[in-house]
Amino acid sequence: MAEAQESHGWKWLLCAPALVVLVLAASGPLLIVVAYSFLTPGNMGGVVWDFSLEGWFRVFFRRDIFDPDVVTLNDAHLAVFWRSIWLSLQTTFLCAVLGFPTAWFIATRPPSSRTLWLFLITIPFWTNLLIRTFAIQEVIRNNGTINTVLQWMGVIDTPIQMMYTDFAILLGMAYVFMPLMVLPLYAAMDKLDFRLVEAGYDLYASRFQVLWHVILPLVKPGFIAGSILVFIPSIGAYVTPRVLGGGRTMMLGNLIALQFGQGRNWPLGAALAMLMLIIVVGALVFYLRWVNREEGRNA
Amino acid sequence: MLDRNFSVRRLPGFGAIAVFTFVMLYLPIVILVAFSFNEGVSQSSWDGFSLQWYEAAFQNRQVRDVSIRSLWLALVASGFATVLATLAALGTTRVSRFPGQTMIYALINQPLMVPEIVTGVALLIFVAAIKVQTGYTGMGYLVAAHTAFCIPFAYLPIRARLETMDSTLESAAADLYANHWQAFRYITLPLLVPGILAGFMLGFVISLDTVVITEFVKSAGQDTLPTYMLGQLRRTVTPEMNAIATLFLALSLCIVTAFFLITRKRGA
Repeated sequence: MAEAQESHGWKWLLCAPALVVLVLAASGPLLIVVAYSFLTPGNMGGVVWDFSLEGWFRVFFRRDIFDPDVVTLNDAHLAVFWRSIWLSLQTTFLCAVLGFPTAWFIATRPPSSRTLWLFLITIPFWTNLLIRTFAIQEVIRNNGTINTVLQWMGVIDTPIQMMYTDFAILLGMAYVFMPLMVLPLYAAMDKLDFRLVEAGYDLYASRFQVLWHVILPLVKPGFIAGSILVFIPSIGAYVTPRVLGGGRTMMLGNLIALQFGQGRNWPLGAALAMLMLIIVVGALVFYLRWVNREEGRNA
Repeated sequence: MLDRNFSVRRLPGFGAIAVFTFVMLYLPIVILVAFSFNEGVSQSSWDGFSLQWYEAAFQNRQVRDVSIRSLWLALVASGFATVLATLAALGTTRVSRFPGQTMIYALINQPLMVPEIVTGVALLIFVAAIKVQTGYTGMGYLVAAHTAFCIPFAYLPIRARLETMDSTLESAAADLYANHWQAFRYITLPLLVPGILAGFMLGFVISLDTVVITEFVKSAGQDTLPTYMLGQLRRTVTPEMNAIATLFLALSLCIVTAFFLITRKRGA
């Protein structure tokens, strides 16, 4: 048969146009970022083509203005890294705490109404992230919904400052990334064998014991997938902290953007972008290794 | 003692938290939409129903310009992306494994994994270099960037559709002396249409939503609706912004609903 010496050329030919666009406008430029992180910054932005490790150096350290040999840790940058990681972990946790019961609720509805509930979770996911961030801003502004209602009820006299704080960023990120936690959790629960849950109760387990020893281990893959899906865009967040966080509460994404704007230090910005990519790829590798290990155990 | 209403599917408090989550997801959007119809300038006290902010939005020349640019860009980019993704799906689905397939998957899905801000600054650097060399400052950069970003989203439903398609129909066509092209044109393609349509709509919504990449790639005077809104949010906003956001939401909602109906009815 002809299948035996089948040529693969036509498959590549079909993929070629898409690959060309992707390499030109997505993957290729990433390699240029790597190169730029090892160059010298130009005076008005851009770069001078001289090899330098200064960009990477300045990710963590800073030099004294008067004596460049005096080197100190760049605590402003470290504070931004810490805020990015800490807020992303908090966001993941908040999404998990609210997302688990929500996914459970959907998974235990009758099949006919389940589609509707799923649709309701999916809609916000496909509506503009900027608009959802704007919606949150309107709620937590000083003269926004929450403060107006609280003042009207007489609970507070002066508005609570929520905008431009870490709390605002946390709230905004949990709000926009929630569907990413609920959907994989639901997918795991949908496959859950409820006879196992029943068996737990038959053996006199309490609700909590069943939840902890039966349900959670069974839906763990959904939990891990959801956590990764929330953590990665949180680390990469730019719009939400820009709108809700203001200038003093930057996250990594805003620090990167700053270097290409007012900072005019493209090599530093390129190095910071690579750092973000390393964190994201690290999280993905961690996840894939976990999946492989679990599959190996269950095989 | 036996509880007659005992259900293994019930966990105490979970229903309440779920309802809370749904309310939290929708309440801000409902408030945003409601105040777009407010008579006054306030975003927190209701002064009566009015359509004046919609009128203001429609008469705002800048809003009209950026909206048209956004729609045009989404249409062109998702159109290109759909064609490219369809070809790539035909080349990678229902075929024997071939060397390099994993790399193709990685390239196609790459825009999904890399944070938008990283892609954004990467394109900023690249585009700046090309601009210096060629002097071209047109919409081509945005079209290319959006097309690349939409490809994985268009690819997913098309590939899913191909995978669930009955391949015996094509064999039947071949038995009836159809050549490869005829089998594709009269059997595969018509069956693939729902997937292609779904891929196009997904790409359209994604392009319409993209703000970070656009922000870094655009030249002067190339604002799209999202980047325009991002700029405006820094100032004190009037309900005109709510009106624009509401219209934007309505458009997205229509497309997403249509997407669901297409993929559900035919895909089942």
